[in-house]
Amino acid sequence: MRKYITRRLLMLIPVILGVTFIVFSIMYMTPGDPAQMILGESAPESAVKALREKMGLNDPFIVQYGRFVKNAIMGDFGRSYATKKEVFAEIFARFPATLQLASVGVLVAVLIGVPVGIISATKQYSLFDSVAMLLALLGVSMPNFWQGLMYILLFSVTLGWLPSGGYGSFKHFILPALTLGTSTAAVIARMTRSSMLEVIRQDYIRTARAKGVEEKKVILKHALKNALIPIITVVGLQFGHLLGGAVLTETVYSWPGIGRLLVDAIKQKDTPMVQATVVFIAVTFSIVNLAVDILYAYVDPRIKSQYK
Amino acid sequence: MNEKLLDIKNLTIHYITDDGVVKAVNGIDIELNKGETLGLVGETGAGKTTTALGIMRLVPNPPGKILSGEITFEGKDLLKLPEGEMRKIRGNKISMIFQDPMTSLNPVMTVGEQLAEVIQIHEGLSNEEAIEKAKKMLEMVGIPGERHTDYPHQFSGGMKQRVVIAIALACNPQLLIADEPTTALDVTIQAQVLDLMKRLKEEFNTAMILITHDLGVVAEVCDKVAIMYAGEIVESASLEDLFEKPKHPYTLGLFGSIPNLEEEVERLNPIKGLMPDPTNLPSGCPFHPRCPKAKDICKIQVPKTTDLGNGHKVRCLIYEGLVEA
Amino acid sequence: MANVANLQTADVKKTKKRSMWVEVARRMAKNKMAMVGLGIIVVLVLLALFADVIAPYEEVVIKQNLSMRLKGPSAEHWLGTDEFGRDIFARIIHGARVSLKVGIVAVGISIFIGGSLGAIAAYYGGKVDNLIMRFMDILLAVPSILLAIAIVSALGSSLFNLMLAIGISSVPSYARIVRASVLSIKDQEFIEAARAIGANDFIIITRHIIPNALAPVIVQGTLGVAGAILSTAGLSFIGLGIQPPAPEWGSMLAGGRAYLREAWHVTTFPGLVIMITILALNLLGDGLRDALDPKLKQ
Repeated sequence: MRKYITRRLLMLIPVILGVTFIVFSIMYMTPGDPAQMILGESAPESAVKALREKMGLNDPFIVQYGRFVKNAIMGDFGRSYATKKEVFAEIFARFPATLQLASVGVLVAVLIGVPVGIISATKQYSLFDSVAMLLALLGVSMPNFWQGLMYILLFSVTLGWLPSGGYGSFKHFILPALTLGTSTAAVIARMTRSSMLEVIRQDYIRTARAKGVEEKKVILKHALKNALIPIITVVGLQFGHLLGGAVLTETVYSWPGIGRLLVDAIKQKDTPMVQATVVFIAVTFSIVNLAVDILYAYVDPRIKSQYK
Repeated sequence: MNEKLLDIKNLTIHYITDDGVVKAVNGIDIELNKGETLGLVGETGAGKTTTALGIMRLVPNPPGKILSGEITFEGKDLLKLPEGEMRKIRGNKISMIFQDPMTSLNPVMTVGEQLAEVIQIHEGLSNEEAIEKAKKMLEMVGIPGERHTDYPHQFSGGMKQRVVIAIALACNPQLLIADEPTTALDVTIQAQVLDLMKRLKEEFNTAMILITHDLGVVAEVCDKVAIMYAGEIVESASLEDLFEKPKHPYTLGLFGSIPNLEEEVERLNPIKGLMPDPTNLPSGCPFHPRCPKAKDICKIQVPKTTDLGNGHKVRCLIYEGLVEA
Repeated sequence: MANVANLQTADVKKTKKRSMWVEVARRMAKNKMAMVGLGIIVVLVLLALFADVIAPYEEVVIKQNLSMRLKGPSAEHWLGTDEFGRDIFARIIHGARVSLKVGIVAVGISIFIGGSLGAIAAYYGGKVDNLIMRFMDILLAVPSILLAIAIVSALGSSLFNLMLAIGISSVPSYARIVRASVLSIKDQEFIEAARAIGANDFIIITRHIIPNALAPVIVQGTLGVAGAILSTAGLSFIGLGIQPPAPEWGSMLAGGRAYLREAWHVTTFPGLVIMITILALNLLGDGLRDALDPKLKQ
């Protein structure tokens, strides 16, 4: 197992190199002059030119990229063009907000989605199932940012109960978490239902019933554990995506997270910031994926035996 | 010894699907005494497995429905028991071995847990005691007890079926239903598993319904035989009677389609045609489209059960004197 | 001999395929929810096609009329007017044009690039497979919406660049699907047979493998159009997609956001339309999946 984890962590290196290369190329192609940006619109031509030279922006692409990788390996991702601060200081200042939102959102989603999916599957075609799946379908069809706006319309504008955006108190937290939680819950409920339906048909469930096991135990002990792999997969995927910044939800609620940091950096052509943020997101995402894969082994002994 | 254990009367089970009603089991009668073994023989789709699931009351519903009949087991009609009572019987007094050992064990639980579970449910033992007994059961089917912490994927097919047998026999049931227990196994393993079942059944004095399409297996293990076709039992008799004096054209057909070591035969005589579509069974005798002796009347008249004496029963118009043999 | 055999297999395959699609259509027709989805999409497509007839672009959709700004729904303006006094219903149906176009073209791009890469990876295997799929892993390590944002900001936000960005960002999922289904059929006998009569790789891939990998791609593609429409709206919402004054559902939402207090209808209706469209595509996609894979249904 330890060997497996080490190997997976090592495999991250080429992935991250690849990610930096792609992002570096994209930023290289993006119109706009970083030197001009740093010095401001009114800076004299000569100063901009000098800074370009100093920053190495006139070097060929591959030289610039090589220099970036070399510095990155030394742990230096540079400073933001816009704020002049160390990029990772900025990222770590923003990350807690994103982490809180993603964790609570996914927790809410799992607490709602998994039980609803299980009940729907065991009572397939019942009224509960129809209503729950209709709601889930609406949930996955609703754009997150619109859902957010509608919550603001209802809870902030009309009822005046909750703030419409910002960060700080618990009250600020409720609407963003609700927005992410409900739409993620819909995805999880749908996956739980279909995975459970698949498992309930298996022979070993019949065996459990033939042993005289209570129906409740058949579902929660025999079926659920087998249905868990696809459920864990979506939960992990959703969590990974939310950690990468729920850009739109963060925008709607003026939530100071990673996603907005990245979008602002892109808009300002703040290359070091973009680079570092994307690398950070890719690493978090890959680590969540690895955690999911490790979790598989605890759920399914057949997978565990493959991880040698 | 001749105490009646199971008495099924007029059992009818249908599956109601979008594409029509599947008439899987159509009014069958089965009697079984304590310690006796009945071979339930028929082609795929004849309704054997549905019958077995019916006895366990495990026919998947929807789409399956037990429409009528009585299943009297130890004097009680199983079809009238509340679900909680029925659960106490499953795995305890009646247990079942399923066809495919590859899929009938839970892949994410150790075999020990799966064995101990049935023991705990029905015998009220503590965790440790149940595990101890589970180990003993494993030893009994020829698996080292310490392997109780292994998962199903760590066993071969034959070993898995031994585990399934251990689960089925763990609570010393009165009746064991074995649904083609050896079909999915290698030929050499088949014999071993069959021997094991025979030995344990005698040891525990368990009655058994052995579902199979293999008459060779029947000859080796069973006391009585019932031949099933299109959801009906077309002939039932003691082993000797059925093998020596088969009566129903379908039974005769089955014997004609297996090689005989004693007689020189040019070629086998398989039964013509295919099993009828169970959503659209033929009128009259369901076997008439394939029957070499069928006359026009067979298309119209449904045969009744004729008792030929000594428990030999057959459903064919020949024995009602309506068609020439 | 070989020719005769070839003709026969071709014939057999053709009839088999035709009856398969007939069967799929029959199953689809029985699925009420899928039919509702299809109905909604047909209505939407018709509205988009005849948008100019219903509401002239320049006069109604683009031209501002400040005396009419932020008016609620009325007989004249069914869904009210926006912050520049433009009719929201007219902008929605013209927006449908944009959304449907971006959705379909973006998915087309993903299917074309992703499908080719997946097919090539599976067909050739070995190093090629490894190289392509590792590249896909790299793309997958960045959430697709962020990738799309980055690409759009590099290329500039024109309609085509938006399609390209959204298309590229979901290339990996199609590559994976096509690779998996090609792997599952490439060793089957009819491929061997085609090779035996001298068909080259190109013919085998385009005539035999792609048609057989089609079912999962169709399902994913239908759901993918929904995803692309959502991405378009999302990108426009944060100002990186379709630029004003062109009507687009996401940018309509962004425009109305500032007037949530005074004019609820400006944000409510375009969002509802997005939801209904996505819902319809999801219903259709689910229905197609059930119809194409009867195993999944009992």
